[in-house]
Amino acid sequence: MPLPSTMTPIATNTLTSATATVTFSNIPQNYTDLVLVTNTYLSTSSQSGNITYNGDTGTNYSVTFLGGNGSSASSSRSSTRANLPLDLGYGYSSSNFGVYNVHIQNYANTTTYKTMISRGGEAGIGTNATVGLWRSTSAITSITCGTSGGNYVAGSTFTLYGIKAAS
Amino acid sequence: MASISLKYKSKQGSLTAPGDVDPGAMIPIATTTLSTATATVTFSNIPQSYEHLQIRGISASTASQAILIRCNNDATNIYYNHELVGDGSNASANSRTPRTGAVIMPQGMSATANIFAGLVVDILDYTNTNKYKTIRSLSGNDLNGSGYVWFNSSAFPSTSAVTQIDLVNNGSTFVQYSSFALYGIKRAGA
Repeated sequence: MPLPSTMTPIATNTLTSATATVTFSNIPQNYTDLVLVTNTYLSTSSQSGNITYNGDTGTNYSVTFLGGNGSSASSSRSSTRANLPLDLGYGYSSSNFGVYNVHIQNYANTTTYKTMISRGGEAGIGTNATVGLWRSTSAITSITCGTSGGNYVAGSTFTLYGIKAAS
Repeated sequence: MASISLKYKSKQGSLTAPGDVDPGAMIPIATTTLSTATATVTFSNIPQSYEHLQIRGISASTASQAILIRCNNDATNIYYNHELVGDGSNASANSRTPRTGAVIMPQGMSATANIFAGLVVDILDYTNTNKYKTIRSLSGNDLNGSGYVWFNSSAFPSTSAVTQIDLVNNGSTFVQYSSFALYGIKRAGA
């Protein structure tokens, strides 16, 4: 039997046209962690990208945020909200895509709520780290990357990886 | 169909085969998921065949104490630490030098039903006997109204290769279901 690699690309979506949502569905449950890597730009000012799990758009999410904008560092919190933030929002220019690594630990267990930690940034806007909570003990079977308004532009990429720990 | 046994494309691994299959650069070494409260989680006899190590996991504690990493069972007051932290209101930078371990979470999260902090820790060039060891981490917890997100960077000022890692709950214990997985990251050509 072939030896599986530990960090396995599950799926990649590279947009060929502007798209409001990208969904990874039927996520295999045989990994330990998921890592979502995105390289995106939004078409509409004052909008931002977000993440929801298993189609849950209820106010079951919360985040704590740490960021720097080139002038100062800041921290904020948003509780009891309908999604997790994916990015810092509308980018500096259409050639300046944001890059984010989102780590979703122990996504398949049915005992704990699901914590994600992410880091990323967009040149011209800033850099950040975020911790987010989904208050559900359900295993994560789908991830939807959406926006607060507008679309991800063509050329935006979304790749989902699975990481398998030693058993 | 004939079966084919396989081996790693590296010097690590005990299988031999007519063909090689590359399992990739990230190799799982060991995992610990706690069935009971535990003060220290140890990864010992770490293989020396990788270039870097990564620890990934979820963690909660019985009290809000710092989570430390100790290398080679060294608990002396020698570890240098710096952190950048967001508490939901303010961002701040701190230096916690010296300490008895590399701080990966300055405040371990007190157990709250079903909520665990997330962490990703990198230990770079851990086998190199010509340099001190750098440990960096991204960690955080959110409790829907409170929580922290941290960047930490630490040094284990020893040129010894790292053969053992202890995750230490400094003054309390990790609760049941806390889970830590150790991975080796291979160098090119390994």
